[in-house]
Amino acid sequence: MTTTIETATGQAQSMVLNMGPQHPSTHGVLRVILELDGETVIKAKPIIGYLHTGIEKSCESKTYSQAITLTDRIDYLAPLSNNLAYCLAVEKLIGVEIPKRAQYIRVLLTELTRIASHLVWLGTHAIDLGAMSVFLYCFREREELMKLFEYVSGQRMMTSYFRVGGLALEPPPGWTDRIRRVITALPGHVDDYEDLLTENKIWIGRTKGVGIISAADAIAMGASGPMLRGSGVAYDIRKAFPYSSYDEFDFQVMTQTAGDCYARYLVRVAEIRESIKIVRQALERNLVDGPFRASLPGIIPPSREEMKTSIEGLIYHFKIFTEGFAPPAGEVYSVIESPRGELRVFVASDGSNKPYRVKFRTPSFVNLQSLPKLCEGRLIADVVACIGTTDIVLGEVDR
Amino acid sequence: MRKLGEWDSRAIAEVIEFRGETTVVVLREHLRRVAEYLATEEAISFPFLSDITPVDRFPLEPRFELNYHLLSIERRERLRLRVWLPGADPVIASVTPVWPTANWHEREGFDLFGIRFEGHPDLTRIVMPDEWEGYPLRKDYPVEGYR
Repeated sequence: MTTTIETATGQAQSMVLNMGPQHPSTHGVLRVILELDGETVIKAKPIIGYLHTGIEKSCESKTYSQAITLTDRIDYLAPLSNNLAYCLAVEKLIGVEIPKRAQYIRVLLTELTRIASHLVWLGTHAIDLGAMSVFLYCFREREELMKLFEYVSGQRMMTSYFRVGGLALEPPPGWTDRIRRVITALPGHVDDYEDLLTENKIWIGRTKGVGIISAADAIAMGASGPMLRGSGVAYDIRKAFPYSSYDEFDFQVMTQTAGDCYARYLVRVAEIRESIKIVRQALERNLVDGPFRASLPGIIPPSREEMKTSIEGLIYHFKIFTEGFAPPAGEVYSVIESPRGELRVFVASDGSNKPYRVKFRTPSFVNLQSLPKLCEGRLIADVVACIGTTDIVLGEVDR
Repeated sequence: MRKLGEWDSRAIAEVIEFRGETTVVVLREHLRRVAEYLATEEAISFPFLSDITPVDRFPLEPRFELNYHLLSIERRERLRLRVWLPGADPVIASVTPVWPTANWHEREGFDLFGIRFEGHPDLTRIVMPDEWEGYPLRKDYPVEGYR
């Protein structure tokens, strides 16, 4: 593949350096072409597509339920957020309200996902900038969360636990106690990370004043999530357009005004604490009694009991798992606050059992567009900080 | 919505409501003007372009549907603009000068659907290799690719 980059200065002293796609600090297979003047970046051009797997095309040849397994693989650090966005879109299309209990469980698990995702971000960002120990601590705590996901859904990462109409299965006994145990220990661990980083002179030196983006620029570039909130825009979809009962939970939208790497670090760490708050509140709700799936014959699978005892249940079960269901024709979107920002799923239906078109507007893809703005004019070492703090997941960038 | 109609009723072909979502169908030649109006007009401005979603309606004509998803953070409002493009000539004015974030979305539309955005600063393939033939997300492109 040949890629040209026009030189801004046109003078001989600038040098073009290829960074990636095999580079540890690009968090996957991102390639950045840098034009350098000494150690200063004159121009940066991100090249993507090395992890393009055609998920949107594949979705068109799967039934609505089968496509859920593909959504896990878009953002492999926050699979449950993707499941949720997709399921909300299909549920909107068929027009079904799911039981409160399932909504609370969804909130609880997506917030745990957010914590897990932010922990990976913090760990990898820290190791990029030379703080090895934080990485080890973050992954230790993330592992505890992964065990929770495995206990509840049977899978550590590719959970596919949220289904159209509710959840895949009844959570196992004692699951809330397990979550409670992990979540009680977590705030102390977050304090530890902050002890290691927040006042750390080297950390501040590497992140403060680096990669500044103003609020107006962030909006113009379509940045969302902590990228936008780090620049002082208090936009959080959980508050602005509540979904899945988020309006019943008490939490704050964390913002910083500086718009640099350090501000985004503070925002994400504060978000971990807010997520812990939401998880605590969710644990006080009724998570044990009641149905975990809505009831809509022919579209949402009947309960195990019903399938085994009634002929209609058996027929519906068979039909749903062989040919799927056919929602009415039309186009809808759902939009949620994923750990990285505005995750939007657009589903167009033509009235058949397969989605006509699915489009994932992924926050990483859009946030990465701001990278040249963040690092041009800075040192080459700052590029690493800037990539880290945009928190990209290449699976999500390329889909 | 009403204000947009008062401003220029010729530009708007149709308004669709489905599941609480508003879609305004805009005529192709007016899109750029409507975009500029919506991006800047006080009280109804949408400074945030969330994404551009192309849909291929093959074999129907007009074949391509472009959905521009707009957002106003202040008013907590969302709006979808829709433009239809004929299959023989899928060309549309770029909105990158209006919303800089459209840059990569339009490149993606070009890469996967073969839609040409006139006035785009760098209309090249984005996720597929440069020498790739065909437009993978078109409906007449086989799922397993050409062999």
